[in-house]
Amino acid sequence: MATFAVSLGAGVFGAVLGLGGGIIVVPALTLLLHIDIRYAIGASIVSVIATSSGAGAVYVRRRLTNIRVSMLLETATTTGALVGAFLAGVVGGRWLYILFGLVVAYAALHMWRKPGGPDGRGFPPDRWADRLRLKGSYYDGAAGGEIAYVASRTSWGLAISGAAGIMSGLLGVGGGVIKVPAMNLVMGLPLKVASATSNFMIGVTAAAGAGVYFYRGDINPFIAAPVALGVLVGATIGTRILHRMRGSALRTIFTLVLAAVAVEMLLKGLK
Amino acid sequence: MTQQTQSRQDHADRKGAAGRMEVLISRLLRWGVLTSMALVLAGVAVLFASHPDWFSSKEALSALTDPQARFPHTLGQVARQSARLDGLAVVAAGLMVLIATPILRVAGSVVGFAVERDWVYVALTTFVLLALLASFVIGKAGG
Repeated sequence: MATFAVSLGAGVFGAVLGLGGGIIVVPALTLLLHIDIRYAIGASIVSVIATSSGAGAVYVRRRLTNIRVSMLLETATTTGALVGAFLAGVVGGRWLYILFGLVVAYAALHMWRKPGGPDGRGFPPDRWADRLRLKGSYYDGAAGGEIAYVASRTSWGLAISGAAGIMSGLLGVGGGVIKVPAMNLVMGLPLKVASATSNFMIGVTAAAGAGVYFYRGDINPFIAAPVALGVLVGATIGTRILHRMRGSALRTIFTLVLAAVAVEMLLKGLK
Repeated sequence: MTQQTQSRQDHADRKGAAGRMEVLISRLLRWGVLTSMALVLAGVAVLFASHPDWFSSKEALSALTDPQARFPHTLGQVARQSARLDGLAVVAAGLMVLIATPILRVAGSVVGFAVERDWVYVALTTFVLLALLASFVIGKAGG
């Protein structure tokens, strides 16, 4: 029951922030419910897929997800995830916490330093974005109108996505903590599009790693089932919230959640 | 709700062929999630029906979450034990459907881009699909 409740919250957060909920599931299961880190990561990878598919069904229809951007960056993230999943068997649990904490802290800092944020404006579209048609528009519920955008600095986005893929394979989180800032701050996509597109992508990245985890016996059905159900219900609620939320509010929440999780994981790793 | 969904669909359709692709992928995801949820719920129901003591005993529950706990984790085990209506295996089957859903949507995207005759993206998406399939094959061999 406790696992279900935690996962419900994780689903809401995951769907709104594009983080997949793994960022909440891993600390909650290990720190609050004292579940083995191996099972916690296995369950979180399931939660990432659940958030992605549950929320994706809604976001794709609303054109909040940019399918082209997601497919291009996924070539980098899936390759990276394969590498990371194998390294996870080699790298120790203690270092995973520290690495996780540092990565999240960096993402939080980056988000915090750009409070206003160039939400899809101010960057010139590059050659790749033009050729690969990395643009779109969506209806913003809070702004009450269509918002059009074009991507820029595509090669940087690709490189960071590759690194995010390795992280996700290592830690069992979808790497959304890296991809949302990468798409928003580097590629200049609106934060909501970055969040929804990251959400869409992390399911695929997680699925790439999940096969490995499943066969290795890291996905305990008894732990993963309440996580999956909770996250699916939570993700459905989350999609409604994101539609209406203002970009600045979203950014503030994003920064706070990242900072909190970073501190939590660093403390755990350094103990 | 139906009317709302309909108007959203119309809105997407006005953007041309991309609208159809979005509807296709959205439906794929929805069905994958619903199938998985149904299996997981059914499995959990079977589990608790066959182990009524779990409602009261904390020890029996903690044994299941122990690092040494035993549960089906290969395709063969899940298939055989699900056929015997083993609750844990049915839950695992549901989780497998969930894991397969994003892969099915990548496969769906290949079809979608092919319909749009966007060959660059057909190639990119096929690469992602192959990388995903490779991860399953390698994962099976490694585990």
